[in-house]
Amino acid sequence: MLKDVTLGQYFPGDTLIHRLDPRTKILFVTVYIIALFVAKTWVSYGSLLLILLISIAISKIPLASMLRGLKPLTIIIIFTAVINIFYNGEGRQLFSFWIFTATDAGLIKAGYMLLRITMLILSTFLVTYTTTPMALTDGLELLLNPLKKLKVPVHEFSMMMSIALRFIPTLIEEADKIMNAQKARGADFETGKLTDRAKALLPLLIPLFVSSFRRADELATAMEARCYHGGEGRTRMKKLRLAAADGIVMSFSVFLLAAIITLARFGL
Amino acid sequence: MLLKTSGFELSGEKELKMSTIRTEALTHIYSTSTPFESVAINNINIEIDQGEFVGLIGHTGSGKSTFVQHLNGLLAPTSGKVCFDGRDVNSSKAFRHDIRFKVGLVFQYPEYQLFEENVYKDIAFGPRNMKLSTVETDERVREAAGFVGVPESIFDKSPFELSGGQKRRVAIAGVIAMRPKILILDEPTAGLDPEGCAAILNNICRYREATGATIILVSHSMEDVARIAERLVVFDRGTIAMDGTPADVFSRAEELRRIGLDIPAVTDIALHLRELGVDVPECCYCVEQLHDAILKLKGGAAPC
Repeated sequence: MLKDVTLGQYFPGDTLIHRLDPRTKILFVTVYIIALFVAKTWVSYGSLLLILLISIAISKIPLASMLRGLKPLTIIIIFTAVINIFYNGEGRQLFSFWIFTATDAGLIKAGYMLLRITMLILSTFLVTYTTTPMALTDGLELLLNPLKKLKVPVHEFSMMMSIALRFIPTLIEEADKIMNAQKARGADFETGKLTDRAKALLPLLIPLFVSSFRRADELATAMEARCYHGGEGRTRMKKLRLAAADGIVMSFSVFLLAAIITLARFGL
Repeated sequence: MLLKTSGFELSGEKELKMSTIRTEALTHIYSTSTPFESVAINNINIEIDQGEFVGLIGHTGSGKSTFVQHLNGLLAPTSGKVCFDGRDVNSSKAFRHDIRFKVGLVFQYPEYQLFEENVYKDIAFGPRNMKLSTVETDERVREAAGFVGVPESIFDKSPFELSGGQKRRVAIAGVIAMRPKILILDEPTAGLDPEGCAAILNNICRYREATGATIILVSHSMEDVARIAERLVVFDRGTIAMDGTPADVFSRAEELRRIGLDIPAVTDIALHLRELGVDVPECCYCVEQLHDAILKLKGGAAPC
């Protein structure tokens, strides 16, 4: 059951999107998200949706896999949309009960909100699905490099992040293993009252903590044995290089943002 | 009433003759319909009778671990069936829960599953889940500890203070305490020193003699398995490549090597001797067998 978690899972491939520099992808998705929040009407939403769909098509990631990742977030998305129906004073009143009043403008706003959140999540998914976690943290480190001037430990943060990302699958696998071992001894994680289930997690969490500490200790020793001493003077085996495609995508992102802002200005 | 009783006895008799565990066209595919899809085991048909001592051998990734996790219902088959005493293990949730106490599974590196504050409580985890009385639980904990050689003096210690070998014994005791009819051990000797290996294998044999339980031992160490198992099942890429007595299996040395498995050193020596024209039997897999065979030859050639 734990294997169903697809958060941050990488789908191997060799498409245009896979080959883009991680920095480009991070910047583009940031711009895309800003554009999503600037967008006001169906014209801008439509063009943004079109861009997303084209990108997904290029990446060759099956739409079903993308949508599967949305499943755990369905409740949050629907909740946000429903709240938006009622928190809007304008427009023609449709119906009301107690303190809630639904208006047609609210309904439309909720629809946009639903679209906005879904597109936001799918666009970030596309980045994590097409970029290895390592490339992602490398890209992030390079993007945040200027902050080093302000004494922000950028390298340390990105190292922590890559270790965390690296160990998520390991920990999931380990949790799965321990869970199975306890199930084999008759532990029941799936039925019973909430309090019982919380208690049933103890046999899972304790060994998991113990082994995380053990792993952390081993990793620290292994890193020290290879003379790791932080970011100072550290070079890279694989240097990230911007290609022509990256330039095009970045220029396009600037154009996109400008276009969406202009559209919003004209109320479209 | 009388009729009912006789009916019961009849079915009881039937069950005795029935195989304890049987799989029918068992297939398991991991991560179906994703880019990571892989067939772990494919169309496994096997019957294991009560009291057998089966050695399961195979290369890493040959599907043996996946296979044993089906036997107690931890994994549900993608297709096919697992039957315990003729009943489908996955027929109901309750039965699948029940089966875990009848088919005890000791995982690889079982010491990583220990969690209780002391050794006694950890061994008692299984029996407690069976909702047994305190008295019965206590009896089982002491019995299980006895089988694997965990002294009662360490009952109050935290399992995390113990040495690696002791931790493993405690973990195995935790499964034995459920008094399973079938005991499955996945690489129980991995990472132990030779002395620890021999001790654990001895304990397993003792448990079997005392209770008549079926033992399924998963291993890639031929030496271990050859010495104590009565039947060997060889897995190769998710299917059963061989199934027979150790003598049968080890006489097919070439095939075993092709699968990427080693043969016991003794068998290797016997094969070399045969190549040199010494007429020892082909399927020696214990030092004693080869020893006897050579003595017999010597006796035959020049009685002294």
